[in-house]
Amino acid sequence: MNDAETPNQPSNSGASSSPRKKPIQHPEYQKAPMERRVFLGRLGAAAGLLGTAGYLSLAPEKWPLSLRDSTGLLSKPVLKPVRLDDFRVAKPIGQTADVGIGRGGTPDQMLRKALDAVGGVKHYIQPGDIVLVKPNVAFDRAPALGATSQPALIEALIQMLLVDCRAQEVRVCDNPIESPSDCFMKTGLRKATEKAGGRVYLPDPNSFKQLNTPGATLIEEWAFFHRPFTNVDKVIGVAPVKDHNLCFASMGIKNWYGLLGGRRNQFHQDIHEIVSDLSIMIRPTLTILDGTKVLMENGPTGGDPSNVVTRDVVMASLDPVAQDAWAFQHLLQRDPHQLPEYLHKAELKGAGRVDFEGRLREIT
Amino acid sequence: MNTASEIPEPEKTLPSSTVKMFPPPVRKKLRLTNVRIVSQVFFFTAFLVLCWLTWTSRLEGYPVSRILEMDPLVMISTMLSTGYVYRYLGWGLLVLGLTLLAGRVFCNWICPYGTLHQFVGWLFNVHKAKENFDRNRYRDMYFFKYAVVTVLLIMAAMGALQIGLLDPICLMYRTVATVVAPMVDMSIDAIPGIDPLWVDQIKFAPGVPSRIFVGSFWIGLFMLVLVGANLYVPRFFCRVLCPLGALLGAVSRFSLVRINRDVHKCTDCNMCMNRCEGAADPQAAIRVSECFSCLNCIDDCPEDALSFTMVGLDTKQVKLLPDVSKRRMFFAGVVGALGYPFLKIHGTNTDANFSPDLIRPPGSVEESEFLEKCIKCDQCINSCPTNVLQPATWAEGGLEGLWTPVMNFNIAHCQLKCTLCSEVCPTGAIRKITVEEKLGKGDFVEQGPIVLGTAFFDKGRCLPHAMDIPCVVCEEVCPVSPKAIQTHDEEVKTVFNQVVVLNKPFIVPDLCIGCGICQAECPVRDDRAVYVTAVGESRSSERSLLLKKRSGSG
Repeated sequence: MNDAETPNQPSNSGASSSPRKKPIQHPEYQKAPMERRVFLGRLGAAAGLLGTAGYLSLAPEKWPLSLRDSTGLLSKPVLKPVRLDDFRVAKPIGQTADVGIGRGGTPDQMLRKALDAVGGVKHYIQPGDIVLVKPNVAFDRAPALGATSQPALIEALIQMLLVDCRAQEVRVCDNPIESPSDCFMKTGLRKATEKAGGRVYLPDPNSFKQLNTPGATLIEEWAFFHRPFTNVDKVIGVAPVKDHNLCFASMGIKNWYGLLGGRRNQFHQDIHEIVSDLSIMIRPTLTILDGTKVLMENGPTGGDPSNVVTRDVVMASLDPVAQDAWAFQHLLQRDPHQLPEYLHKAELKGAGRVDFEGRLREIT
Repeated sequence: MNTASEIPEPEKTLPSSTVKMFPPPVRKKLRLTNVRIVSQVFFFTAFLVLCWLTWTSRLEGYPVSRILEMDPLVMISTMLSTGYVYRYLGWGLLVLGLTLLAGRVFCNWICPYGTLHQFVGWLFNVHKAKENFDRNRYRDMYFFKYAVVTVLLIMAAMGALQIGLLDPICLMYRTVATVVAPMVDMSIDAIPGIDPLWVDQIKFAPGVPSRIFVGSFWIGLFMLVLVGANLYVPRFFCRVLCPLGALLGAVSRFSLVRINRDVHKCTDCNMCMNRCEGAADPQAAIRVSECFSCLNCIDDCPEDALSFTMVGLDTKQVKLLPDVSKRRMFFAGVVGALGYPFLKIHGTNTDANFSPDLIRPPGSVEESEFLEKCIKCDQCINSCPTNVLQPATWAEGGLEGLWTPVMNFNIAHCQLKCTLCSEVCPTGAIRKITVEEKLGKGDFVEQGPIVLGTAFFDKGRCLPHAMDIPCVVCEEVCPVSPKAIQTHDEEVKTVFNQVVVLNKPFIVPDLCIGCGICQAECPVRDDRAVYVTAVGESRSSERSLLLKKRSGSG
């Protein structure tokens, strides 16, 4: 430090003639021109920073790491569509029945009879399977009103899956029209599920994925309640049998509507097409129809116990089209010549056959 | 002790050899500050010229949105919100590079809003030098802009882009587009006997009726308040609020060149604070992040103690970083993180609940993406030849969509073969489209035309439907083929015993593109008998009306 003996700058004559009031702020200050090394370093840093930013924002779109978007299309969120597995299991060798009908007894007994009629539940569910059960929980209604699946049957089914079949996990899910939480609570299905040892999946904004369904007309790609399907081995639909204002009947196939997300209220512009699309959207292991409380009129919501007729039938089926056709005729007691159009469309799409003759087996 | 009056005029801001080439009267003018003023006038004029050029008869490929595209805050915030840099936004690197070189040069050499503030502050500055020393001293509240930019950038990263509210360039464009330009035009129209040829040259929007902008009062008032604040705190906006300035201030930490004070020459006369624009404390340890590089202090220093130079960094003489405590930055971060859900839960602009009047211009991306891109600069509104584009009010967009573009078909319609708004949009909120894409022709047949909304009839107000009076202007002007407005024709006998044919119109929603010309031309002038609402717009499947590919749709 040599600033003590030689001042760096000859002081300005004007300034030196009048004494300062305050001392210089930092007496040890030395003018320090930027060293070459420092200068180059900082220039390099600036160039590096600018160069990186320049590459990211100006490099052609196809180059790696480029953030350029000259059309404005790249930033559009892309939803990768997923596909569902085929959950069907071949029926026992030599068995002709595709539709099983169980009559008489408690719901548990009727269910067991129906399942035995198509080969027994143990044939379809293996120990260690993760099984998804899809009831119809569409409305915030008491089970007695017949608008939703009956909790007693769900409880019996889950117990059968967990105890008899030694399934690893049973999931129960639906995306109802009304508040999912409320619907599961007031239909008694949450209680029934949890009592039997199953787990309820409710839809939240992150539960949906775009599902690709080859061959579907309206839902070739559509938002689907996919989270409960993660790693699932078997899928069982459990549907009530109901009158429906627009498509005449809501049964096993229409039940899958409850897995759709997005603007599904538009589907009523073409209801038969969508229901037939549903028949190929998902290929369930089994479809169970709950004929214990049949909603004969004012469907699909019901609302008055007088709309409901009690029957002692539970069905289990490998062919949901034949099952729905039989239920339409025998449970809803409608004219078999006026089958809903969607059943014929579903047959054309390869979901099953309307003609159930010779494929029924009834256990009473 | 020297006083201001005794100080001899310094002539030492340009290299002496250059200066000596000129005679003394010219020499006096050759100051860097004067060069700076020339630059400011140039960019301010360029800004106005670009606004003026943004008109259908003048747009011939001029880069009319370039000043917006040069704004690095626009580039960085949209990159955070979308993950991409749209079209010409790479121009922001120019300003970033300039800042890395010489600090916040942008603020006092280029920014038209800064120029406006400096000019107004200069015009109304009635203070003595000593008062100015205090007015230009750094104050604690100047940290606030760093909090502002932190909040805005965090919100942008989460998906709510709100920089446009306070970004100076957006603010300036928006005010000129919706307030200044129509005011100028209306004033010109008020001058009787002015040559129409002249009118066409000087008006911002020649050849159309006087333009109106719904809610422009608030945009004008916002500007007035910010500019008026200069009378109390010089350059209030630039020092306290400007998020772009804050961003550049943080970057200028790396700048190569800065103001340097030679303490051996300095007499602590404080003259450098007389006109210090940024309140950067050149009389003490210079605050690099606050300095606008306006060079006034060099001009004013009687001792030649200040220079704009590349000297080494003596930490005792320089404050490199903005004066913000960690606690304040943390708080700003929390506010930003909470700001996103707070804006969203307001819920005026969601797919579950959107205003029927929230009709976006053609080429607009899906709404949530739109809100990640729109900077509310209203260049689209400036370019719109029919005046249909309007700054959204609270009613249509909530706070999140405030001053973003919406279409008001009571005022005008969207012209079929016009895509100007998509051309000028700097961020791709309105993606650049061609007329072919807009109309669904050529390569876009499969995709179909861009649909803005759907028309509906109020049959209680429609003349043929409600009053047995022939009309159907709507059917006549419907521009698509086949027409989206068709009629059921019937003959009726009126109360005056005359037989008239009534063409009762109805909508074919599959064909309607929502251009709004039926509403704009409907003779029922207040509550139109036919009106367009946003439902059915093609940019969003969540807001569609009809099921695609349904049976019976042809």
